[in-house]
Amino acid sequence: MMKDMHKPERSKSLFRFAAPQMFYPLAGRLAPWFAGIAAILAAIGLWLGFFVAPTDATQGDVYRVIYIHVAAAWMSMFVYMVMAFWSFVGLVMNTRLSFIMSQALAPTGAMFCFVALLTGSLWGKPTWGAYWVWDARLTSQLLLLFLYLGFMALTRAIEDPRRADKAGAIIALVGAVNVPIIYFSVKWWNTLHQGASVSLDKAPSMATTMLTGMLVMALAAWAYTIAVTFWRVRSLILERERHTDWVAAELNALEGKI
Amino acid sequence: MKPRSKRLMLLGGAVALLIGAVALVLTAFQENLVFFHTPTEVAEGKAPTGRTFRIGGLVEPGSIKRAADGLTVQFAITDTAKVIPVTYKGSLPDLFSEGKGAVVQGKMGADGQFAASEVLAKHDENYMPPEAQHAVDQAQKTAKTVKQ
Repeated sequence: MMKDMHKPERSKSLFRFAAPQMFYPLAGRLAPWFAGIAAILAAIGLWLGFFVAPTDATQGDVYRVIYIHVAAAWMSMFVYMVMAFWSFVGLVMNTRLSFIMSQALAPTGAMFCFVALLTGSLWGKPTWGAYWVWDARLTSQLLLLFLYLGFMALTRAIEDPRRADKAGAIIALVGAVNVPIIYFSVKWWNTLHQGASVSLDKAPSMATTMLTGMLVMALAAWAYTIAVTFWRVRSLILERERHTDWVAAELNALEGKI
Repeated sequence: MKPRSKRLMLLGGAVALLIGAVALVLTAFQENLVFFHTPTEVAEGKAPTGRTFRIGGLVEPGSIKRAADGLTVQFAITDTAKVIPVTYKGSLPDLFSEGKGAVVQGKMGADGQFAASEVLAKHDENYMPPEAQHAVDQAQKTAKTVKQ
């Protein structure tokens, strides 16, 4: 970093990383760190959740699904908001990297969304007595999965990357309206899904060790998302910039190493 | 005006319109987005008659009666203001118990009994170890005794 700062020909502002060829090496340097942090946090979180935290008074051990379910559900909503943010930036500023960022995020968001639905369903059967009900929370979360899949299908179906970027960005922005609906559904309407145990406006209604395990898992999900997104951004950049000189140089250097 | 600011305004306006439209749609469908009705709503006649709907509330303590066949159960569901008697034939979820949340699906009978075809247990947002639950129960009991 310090070395870069003293080179006069490069812009000093952080915006220089908006150029794909500048972001490519940065993402490559940062991704392994985030992957490492994710692995460590996940190990701590799972250990806390499955060995340290007590059983729940009413649900027994079934409640332990929250260590995966809640982290996945939070992440599935947050990733979509980040996708919508980059899509907005991309449409306004016309920056290629913004669109690449939102497309790199989509598969991870979809995965977390699917995991949240699956674990929730497996928890629902022993707790509620049903794998699935059409309440507002569950239905809006299912809609989120379809939005992710629609975004991915659309951006891949259009050949011209510029048009694919624009079309995808519009889906991402329109679909973002669904995220607050998911979040507040348990407040706005009667739902079978319980209300939030952890929120900004009240003290968490959970025992401390349970809460700690859950929050550590949420942080692990963050770090994981950043790591895989950076790696995915790198391959998307290479694919799109394959005709440029710097990619050719990069690939030559890579071949030299092998 | 720079094309960038023009795009910002257009896109911002479009997003604002979209949010407004969705808010209107959600308000219009308010009725259908509700997973269950409360016993008070049912007593006030706000629940649909003649078709299947759901009632959610707490299982009234001391109301669970099992019939001789071992399958038919009678209980009452309450929101502490109104009480609706329910009959149900089938197996109940593990978490179904007196004083806890439940959602029943079925039809209102002419006799004022709700004939349920499905019973779901509703879990609340509180997670605590058994010892803490025990402490809470004890504290509530003490509080009740003091009041009396």
